[in-house]
Amino acid sequence: MPAADSSQELKFRDPERARALTEALRRNVEAIGREVSVMHVCGSHEQAIARFGLRAVLPQGLRLIMGPGCPVCVTDGAEVDEAVALARQGVRVCTYGDMLRLPGTSQSLADAHAEGARVDVVYSVDQAVELARAHPGEEVAFLASGFETTAVATAAAALEGPPQGFSILSVHKYVPAAMELVAALPQTRIEGYLAAGHAATITGWAVFEPFARRTGAPVVVAGFEPLDILAALVAVTELIRDRRPEVRNVYPRCVTREGNLPAQRALWQVFRQRTGRWRGIADVPDGNLELTPAFARLDARRRFRIDVAAVRDQGAEAEALGCICGSIMLGLASPSDCALFGRACRPESPVGACMVSSEGQCRIWHTYGGLPDLREVG
Amino acid sequence: MAKPVQRIGLKHGSGGRAMRQLVEEVFLTLATPVDGVGLAALDDGAALRVGDRWLVLTTDSHVVQPPFFPGGDIGRLSVSGTVNDLAMMGATEPLGLTCAVILEEGYPREELERVVASIRDTAREAGAPIVTGDTKVMGKGQVDGILLNTAGVGLTDRVVTDAGLAPGDLIIVTGTIGDHGMAVMAHRHDLRLSGDLRSDVAPLNGLVRAALRAGGEGVVAMKDPTRGGLAGVLHEMAAKARVGIVVDEPALPVRDEVRAAADLIGIDPLLVANEGKAVLGVRPGAAERVLAALRAHPLGARAAVVARAVAERPGTVILDTGFGKRMLAEPEGELLPRIC
Amino acid sequence: MCLGVPGKVIAIDGLKATVDFFGVQRELRLDIVDQPVQVGDYVLNHVGYAIRRIPPEEVGETLALFDQILREAAGAEDLMAADVRGELAAGKPGPGSAGG
Repeated sequence: MPAADSSQELKFRDPERARALTEALRRNVEAIGREVSVMHVCGSHEQAIARFGLRAVLPQGLRLIMGPGCPVCVTDGAEVDEAVALARQGVRVCTYGDMLRLPGTSQSLADAHAEGARVDVVYSVDQAVELARAHPGEEVAFLASGFETTAVATAAAALEGPPQGFSILSVHKYVPAAMELVAALPQTRIEGYLAAGHAATITGWAVFEPFARRTGAPVVVAGFEPLDILAALVAVTELIRDRRPEVRNVYPRCVTREGNLPAQRALWQVFRQRTGRWRGIADVPDGNLELTPAFARLDARRRFRIDVAAVRDQGAEAEALGCICGSIMLGLASPSDCALFGRACRPESPVGACMVSSEGQCRIWHTYGGLPDLREVG
Repeated sequence: MAKPVQRIGLKHGSGGRAMRQLVEEVFLTLATPVDGVGLAALDDGAALRVGDRWLVLTTDSHVVQPPFFPGGDIGRLSVSGTVNDLAMMGATEPLGLTCAVILEEGYPREELERVVASIRDTAREAGAPIVTGDTKVMGKGQVDGILLNTAGVGLTDRVVTDAGLAPGDLIIVTGTIGDHGMAVMAHRHDLRLSGDLRSDVAPLNGLVRAALRAGGEGVVAMKDPTRGGLAGVLHEMAAKARVGIVVDEPALPVRDEVRAAADLIGIDPLLVANEGKAVLGVRPGAAERVLAALRAHPLGARAAVVARAVAERPGTVILDTGFGKRMLAEPEGELLPRIC
Repeated sequence: MCLGVPGKVIAIDGLKATVDFFGVQRELRLDIVDQPVQVGDYVLNHVGYAIRRIPPEEVGETLALFDQILREAAGAEDLMAADVRGELAAGKPGPGSAGG
């Protein structure tokens, strides 16, 4: 938390409290008395955990696994092919930076750009709308990626009445569907979940109550500062220890029970859920967000005949090459289990999506060094 | 999806791993033995023995877009870059600089004159005369506006390389990190940020001279963190000296503006370029007086000890975050703003 | 997913707000924020849209929450310790000891 008075900020990074929370966590895990697996479903959580070196201080008995919480990683090759095809067909494609280098079955948008297609990186969807406004007569398609947290911004742009030339190619995904998927896996040994704090800012935390009851696993909503994450881990291990499949909100400054109602209204006016293919994971019921019929005129898939055949490379499925991103994203394997990790698959030459995205587990492990024991160094 | 690399990509110019590999695989074939520091050392410059002194030689090309950015321009960048490379080898009194320019047909003359005025001002600031040059013009679309190449020569009694760290040495950075790269990125990607984000581009030879005078042989390694940022420099120093480096993250000097902009777009200031800072490896006994000398100089006010060399894990750079330790990866590819 | 960064609103013009991120400022859209926003409020930014008005009392409340979590954890520990003391007093072996 900010403050022109940065001492406030320091209170969410205060090493004293961090030590106390880590100690409490250790005791909880000890009291549980067996190896316990907790899953988080947010790339930003993995980033924060890695960035602050938190894995180095977590107790041995706690397995903190990253689930399918990287929206870039779960964007299917076929979806990227659509964006690439559009760009090659002469449409100006705007995208968030995160998606630029994600490979489709044969190319990424960056590759298409290098070959002459018009691809613009934008920080905000309203910049794409502005581009369309500034170039009337041109087609500007916005590759709408990200989870519901980001979809609400796309919805706001759609509701604002963008110009004729603007369209949306939605590859948005919905997080609660991912949690359902993981919980339903027979191999799952997840005993508790950390919910994504910013997605929950939109949806509210009540949505997790039926999930917790049904699965018997507690859900704790967590923020992104080191203390937020440690406190959430203390809370979830306590609930696991006491066998209480409840929902607890440890990010009250951003998350409320009902969530952000105006944003939800905008979201469900513009989007609806459908089953979609998540990269490496196959079909996720209700996992994708598509434009509702009322917004059909903005839907790039209806406006254009997208010639994916021209860019698809059927033979190049990453899985065929030994990529296990799917298993990694479901928390069934870790990057170190993958034969390609760090060898054939590196950030500058990624095979799977988990290595492309800055929030992909493999990319994060590669960047931050996985789980080396650095306690004794220096 | 791994394809064999047949074509040069933008990542090959971004100062990270890919560029290093390209240089090692392709350009190192040009290296031949010399009496001094040659191509094979891949240092900031070359040092050739001339009598009982060393002639330091360096060259740089500058293709920055946009050519004018908050805090500087391509002219100031070229002169500073070359002066600083000489200084990083120990040659803090440049004998002369060259300036070759390639212009795109249609380039506005008034802009050219602005660039040249900046070259003149920066050269004067550094005490480095421009002594020769070259001019070329290419057809519209064949080059992006303006391309500058500068080379420089200087003499020094002692060459300081980037490979001199030993376990126990301390690493000092002369000021705040990430300034140049964030200013350029904000501009280039139309991030719509307002605030004082400006490049730190400046010639450092005076600052380095002060540090060398104070530290003498206690200054054992020097390098400036341009593309690839401080992370890139630390990796090179660790690899070449075969030491581990542990960084004290809370000690890193970062301007509020840079921190705020970096947080907004999800970038780590450690990976972001500087054009007016230097990284010095110093023997522990010399650190205090080098630090004092730096801080007494206007360009070194925020100098700080930020890391130390260790014997463990040679070639790796480890970050102590204050909560736990983690590895710091080598920079890879162009930095892009992210939203996730 | 979702880089969310807090900032302070320093000016408002209809649905646009100028927000200070403690070093740089940027304009944010207010279309989908959860409550009406005023100059001086803190908001959470995601992709150029404010997605939450952060109530000012929340910083203090969050710290109180962390301390409560710590107390609960310590409390459970104390209860366990009390149990052990009780059992020892009654002559029974404590948890983890042989036999019993």
